[in-house]
Amino acid sequence: MDTDKRLDALTKRLDYIKDIFKSNENANVTMLSSELGECKQSRLKNHLQDLDRALTRLEDLFSFLEAKLEKELTPMDRVRIVRHPQRICLNDILENVYDNYTELGGLGENSIDPAMVIAQACIARRVGNKVVNQPVMVIGQEKGHGQEFRNGGSVKPWGNAKALHYMKVAQAEGIPIHTYIFTPGSYPIEDYPGAAQQIAKNIYEMGQINVPIVAVISEGGSGGAEAIGLADRRLMLSHGYYSVISPEGAAAIEGNPRTGNRVSEALIASCAKKLCITAEDNLRMGYVDRIIHEPVLGARPHNYDFFRVLRSEVIRATNEACLSVKRVKFFKAMAIRRKRTQDGKEIFMRWALSNGARKRLTEKRHSKFRELSTSAYMDNRSLMLKLGTALQSTAWSTKSWLLYDLIGRGARAAKQGVEGIQAEVLQVKEKACSLIKKDNDSDPVGNNISREARDKILCLSSPAQQGACLEDGTWKYRSPQSIIDRTFSCPNSAEEGCLDLWGPDLFGDFGGVCITCGHHFRMEYQWYLYNVFNYADGFEFNSGIEAANPLDYEGFDLKLDEVRKKTGLRSSCITFETRMDGINAVVICIAAPFRGGSIGAAEGEKIIRAAERAQRKQLPLIAYVHGTAGIRIQEGTHGVLQMPRCTMAVRRYMDAGGLYLVVYDTNSYGGTVASFLGCSPYQFGIRSSSIGFAGPRVITETTGIKVPPNYHNAWKALARGHIQGIWDRREMSKNVQQSLLTMGGRNLYYR
Amino acid sequence: MLNIKELLEEIKASPYEEVEISVPHTGIVEFSDLKVGDKVTGPTGEWKEKPGTVLAKLTRERNTKSIPAPEKGEIVSIRHDLEGKFVEAGEVLLRIRHFLSKEEVIQLILKKALFLFNAPEKAKYYFTPEIDTKIKGSGERSVKVRDGLELFIVSRMKRETPLNYTGPEGVIYAVYFHNGDNIDGGQPLIGVCPEDQLKHIQDVVTRVQSEWEERD
Repeated sequence: MDTDKRLDALTKRLDYIKDIFKSNENANVTMLSSELGECKQSRLKNHLQDLDRALTRLEDLFSFLEAKLEKELTPMDRVRIVRHPQRICLNDILENVYDNYTELGGLGENSIDPAMVIAQACIARRVGNKVVNQPVMVIGQEKGHGQEFRNGGSVKPWGNAKALHYMKVAQAEGIPIHTYIFTPGSYPIEDYPGAAQQIAKNIYEMGQINVPIVAVISEGGSGGAEAIGLADRRLMLSHGYYSVISPEGAAAIEGNPRTGNRVSEALIASCAKKLCITAEDNLRMGYVDRIIHEPVLGARPHNYDFFRVLRSEVIRATNEACLSVKRVKFFKAMAIRRKRTQDGKEIFMRWALSNGARKRLTEKRHSKFRELSTSAYMDNRSLMLKLGTALQSTAWSTKSWLLYDLIGRGARAAKQGVEGIQAEVLQVKEKACSLIKKDNDSDPVGNNISREARDKILCLSSPAQQGACLEDGTWKYRSPQSIIDRTFSCPNSAEEGCLDLWGPDLFGDFGGVCITCGHHFRMEYQWYLYNVFNYADGFEFNSGIEAANPLDYEGFDLKLDEVRKKTGLRSSCITFETRMDGINAVVICIAAPFRGGSIGAAEGEKIIRAAERAQRKQLPLIAYVHGTAGIRIQEGTHGVLQMPRCTMAVRRYMDAGGLYLVVYDTNSYGGTVASFLGCSPYQFGIRSSSIGFAGPRVITETTGIKVPPNYHNAWKALARGHIQGIWDRREMSKNVQQSLLTMGGRNLYYR
Repeated sequence: MLNIKELLEEIKASPYEEVEISVPHTGIVEFSDLKVGDKVTGPTGEWKEKPGTVLAKLTRERNTKSIPAPEKGEIVSIRHDLEGKFVEAGEVLLRIRHFLSKEEVIQLILKKALFLFNAPEKAKYYFTPEIDTKIKGSGERSVKVRDGLELFIVSRMKRETPLNYTGPEGVIYAVYFHNGDNIDGGQPLIGVCPEDQLKHIQDVVTRVQSEWEERD
């Protein structure tokens, strides 16, 4: 009976190894297979003692070869390990790492999203003779060992919303948050709150959650991982992966994007390698703080020793996060640094933080992410220029503080005081007038207004003086499409009866808009730069920061060179300071022609610097998204890190009282919308825009749901509440002006 | 009175409809590589989002437009003599023979034989209690309707109002909604046919269902 069990266990071990090494021909696996086969055949012939000896030998052989195979693991093998149904999942961790827990917001299948598990857990610590329970909020994706309703850990937007809600609960209670990332990516649907917009909201809020957050990454797939991954300490399981895109997704983009045919296994494996997704890679690049070592060939639910290590590591990480901001630490910090993690006994300390420490915690989190990926782009600026910029930044900060804070605040207060007195005087005056002129029905205030002022207040815009769309009869920038001598047909002509339009009319005078139905033809980003943002009189900054190939992704250097030559741009992001109708503003333009408007480390850095510049000079910040395909996959984790980095930068800008306005033009998808764009409270779409998390093809491939052709268009995005309005291209200038005057925070220089 | 049998014979004699493809405006025609007898497909996809086979291209002012097939079928005639020539608006380029499917034939017959009573507005519709009992007891075809009969209850925003039937006298042939469903305005609620034709229609529909041969 015992031998049967042992044989059965060995068979399961072999099956697992075969699953991991799948199609790879491996001599060790073949050897194990044949040895086990022989043992099974000779079972009936041999004596029990011989069989026992043979089994012991075989078990030793298994252990030896498993250790050998461990060293041969390729990145794709690791991907197969984390996706294996036998891989540890969040429920195993809750059972084995924490001493007690209560699942919140759902139980098994009966949950708003079973792929997201939240639990209020306790870690019991012995302190002298007492036992102290330390509560933590555990949040993570649950793969449930392949349970179908768990959706493979692919969280729907409302699951992420649930996670955010409980993070805020943890914040209110002042308890640390432990997040466990077990997701291949988020479920790409746009139903409210919307995949992208909810992830953006999560990242935006997590930047300011003022309790310690510790993230443990097993399978970190892009946006799904970032939705709960913005943490003070990021640990990674040694067999896990953390990537901007699944290797299959990268291979589909590399191989054959349009036909929908399956790409080869070899290409997927090579993409997994090129993307640098393993724990070692991420530790080397600085995106995780520590690696938690797993047993050979990955942790499974029966590896109880591993759970002890994990428990010790998360306690240590939480301690570190708390200690880093506590004023009084003395020997504890030293002890924690010196403590070996293997002994399983971590220093005890309270995780409650004072108000000051909480503030320092978020500051520290911001600086931690601000410093990441700074070596992943090319900075061609000279040393003098860099020094000059740094000095200039300090000068602006001082000037803004002096001008707008010190003097400005006093002036504002005085002005408000005078206004208050004026209003009081007016009130008394009106009352007196009404008592004296009881019979007179005329308005005592209105009579005093001059005719000119009255006209200005009461009359609407006068079209004779100011053209609705043209400035002095012509746009400042004319699209090159307008010199093509041909007509164009509106795609809505069948339904709307639109007439064909002559190219020079359409792309010249009409600004690329169908005069019958208002359909917006695609327009170059330069049109907006010159006609809306007055780029000609603006000042471009940080143009020396260039997109690079930090992972040495094969063939990418060539592609970058090509696109540089073709577009004349050095990155997909143009940042400049400009003056529009008397108001200065900082503008971020994401140009689609440069690698689809994808965001990498260079673009991320430029966006952060633009936000910082706007903050220092107290200027409004406008992000004009001509088009973006999301995060640049060739930069791997360097790219995906831009999601939290940029979001935290714009969050700080908004918290400082700025105005962050986002305007989408053509197609805007992916991680960018799911981070620093989607988090803006003021998002508008030009009529030609399509906004979403994943394009229609990706949605159909990942979810099996077919989406209608207009699923992502601006009207749908408006109906879902993702954008706040739809603008006509020709009226964008006016709308931007109105937004600058009416929206945004208290700390704009012109307020 | 409509002769259902004659109608069916008529459809059987020519079990297709011919679609004329004409140019929407002037321009130079360039045919795709098609000939008489070639099969073409109409718009496909769940939302008819994929256009049908490109039949020809029409160029005006250097703007080339595709003319796709509106229906699935077979080309019966094609004006190859117009290839590369300038044509006026409305010029017929080709004809497609679209063979009727079972559903289309039934729809065609029912369209001619039935009177459809449509929902006047978006609301929930119920039959009045007497009619409802009768339908549940002995089927909808046992219910006779005449102009002015109080047939439905319209329920909207918790208010209920009666709705009278207006149309020719007859029996209810088909009910197109379920009690309590939200129906959009303009959608058919019931189909009514003259009482004496009920049997004919039923026969014809059954025959079509069993005998009609669909052609690609």
